[in-house]
Amino acid sequence: MGVSLKWTRVVRAQPRSRFQMGLRSMSPAQRREARWGLIFISPWLIGFTLFYLMPMIASLIFSTYDFKLSAPEDARFVGLDNWNRMLFHDSNVWEGLRITFTFGTVSLLIGMTSAFLLAVLLNSKHLLARNVFRTLFYAPTMVPLIAAIVIWSRVLNPQTGWLNKIIESFGINAVGVDGLRWLDDPNLVYFAYTFIGLWGIGNAVLINLAGLQGVPTELYEAAEIDGAGWGRRLWKITIPMVSPIIFYNLILNVLGLLQYFIVPWVLNQGNGYPEGSTRFYMVYFYKQAFTFQNMGYGAALAWMLFIVALIITMFLFTTGRSWVYYSSEEH
Amino acid sequence: MAKRPDIEKPLSSYQAARKRRNLLIQMGITLFALVVLSIYTMPLGYGVMTSLKTKDQASDPQGPVIPSEALQYEYEGEKYDVVYVPTDDGVQKWALIKPTRRVSQFIDINNPEAGIIEWEGNWRALEPVFETSFQWGNYKEAWETIEFLKLLKNTFIYAFVTMIGTLVASALVAYGFARFKFPFRNALFMVMISTIILPPAVTLVPTYAFFVKVLNWGGSWLPLIVPQMFGNAYNVFLLRQYFMTIPRELDDAAKIDGAGPMRTFISVILPQAVPALTAVSLFHFFFAWNDFFGPLIYLAGSRDLRPITVGLTEFNGLYRTEPQLILAAATISMILPLTIFFIAQRVFIQGIVITGVDK
Repeated sequence: MGVSLKWTRVVRAQPRSRFQMGLRSMSPAQRREARWGLIFISPWLIGFTLFYLMPMIASLIFSTYDFKLSAPEDARFVGLDNWNRMLFHDSNVWEGLRITFTFGTVSLLIGMTSAFLLAVLLNSKHLLARNVFRTLFYAPTMVPLIAAIVIWSRVLNPQTGWLNKIIESFGINAVGVDGLRWLDDPNLVYFAYTFIGLWGIGNAVLINLAGLQGVPTELYEAAEIDGAGWGRRLWKITIPMVSPIIFYNLILNVLGLLQYFIVPWVLNQGNGYPEGSTRFYMVYFYKQAFTFQNMGYGAALAWMLFIVALIITMFLFTTGRSWVYYSSEEH
Repeated sequence: MAKRPDIEKPLSSYQAARKRRNLLIQMGITLFALVVLSIYTMPLGYGVMTSLKTKDQASDPQGPVIPSEALQYEYEGEKYDVVYVPTDDGVQKWALIKPTRRVSQFIDINNPEAGIIEWEGNWRALEPVFETSFQWGNYKEAWETIEFLKLLKNTFIYAFVTMIGTLVASALVAYGFARFKFPFRNALFMVMISTIILPPAVTLVPTYAFFVKVLNWGGSWLPLIVPQMFGNAYNVFLLRQYFMTIPRELDDAAKIDGAGPMRTFISVILPQAVPALTAVSLFHFFFAWNDFFGPLIYLAGSRDLRPITVGLTEFNGLYRTEPQLILAAATISMILPLTIFFIAQRVFIQGIVITGVDK
């Protein structure tokens, strides 16, 4: 869990004996080695215990309490009340999930397709000054997210922004009150947010690019001899060969999108504008936990997000087996 | 002049056609990439351009693309707008001295000695003359209004302290995983990797309650810094992958010389792993530069401790009517990350590829 299939394969290939061997059956030299190993990893062991393991358990316990941080002495055990409220009586939760999923789908499709096609373009042997293009296409990813949001929110301005002016120059009515109001129209706002997200695809492009460079050229040569065109080669060779990379990007993207928060927060302080279409799940979580300081309910909301993330990840790993292709597994 | 024989050989028409075709494809694809790139980076251009405009122009839908000001002409101690006037000798740039409904008075700015010229027509239909003019003062104003130096100092201290912390811890942990055998090593490694998929929200609520209520660390940097002193999964993974490529013979040689594990780590592993360590430092630096959620919840109300991200967000909310200042501040905040990236891109890009592809 949490690692790609490829990684599991590597782990499995390692000898299992050490795993089953207790400390007692080790030679003094082995024991010394084990001790040093544990000493070296101890920062992570401590950090994991303090900042992952214990808070996770505490979070689960919190979720059974009615507990306001402003009045901790009034905390009381309420059993599964928070969970009951969250699952059956709080429409904001399902609304938040629905919005997160809707936006997630739009953003995932556009973002991943763009990252892949951009990598194909930057990998083309016909492209002059490839390295210059690679650097320049990566640069927006380096723009701090808040600065990117601030800039984009004005580029998307229906009257003064350049995006609408560019669209208008193609003869489409975009500028003005009846034009494309990217951030004010609930039908467009997810696309607007997706555009902002496109400035963060640099890492995915680079990883895709590395994957594309790893595809053996003999495959393309053979296909070319067989008369396969560009589209067919892309579909039949490139995509299957880089599917592990696409899978990795998919998992990271999905996990990131489930926790989508900063863009709506910076643009409208989480008020859901326009027409409640940006009430993302994490925005609701933030309000409950930190604005209203409802630690108990907040913890329940956080656990719910974790469970959703776990289900989706497991689903992806299960279905991934049928479409993710690992060339080395055949040998 | 001696010619190389292969050039003299005439190309067959097939080869020539192929060469021409290749050249066309090259130009087509490169041109296409240029178009895509200019659309993709267009907001950067917009941001910089708008940050150099006057307030009026920044929010004027009809304003020119390049920052500019209406040209004015001084005549007898007064300033007048310069407009384009259609005359018999073509369009002239004249300063509008006295607008009246039917006949207005002008001065030819290229020939002021000629004195007042009268022109018949509606002066309201005349277009003003703009000349390029960059409002560099916006940057100064933004810098001062947002107290950028303070934000920068906060961000820098935070980024630097946590960078050192996470680098030391992650390198130690990575060394442990890469070079030593101990019980449950693989299982622990898997657990560590799987923390990547854990949404931070799950641990956030109790951690927040603990830091703020038990340790009383609210409004300080401690809750942001301390948890980063223990190494994180991404960094450990990257460093471990790199350490594993360092030949073990080097370790063994050091061991024969009597070096203990710690000594080997410092004098053999670390010097060999400089590219990976640099990559991790850069990643962390950019992460810290961008960190928003942590400072948002822990530093609420502590204005003096805010990093750039939180400061810029507040600024964006408070100065909605001053887009040129907001964009100037946004531009300032991205100069350093972009500069570092352009200088260190090779190491940086390799690091991303290692984490992405090796997994």
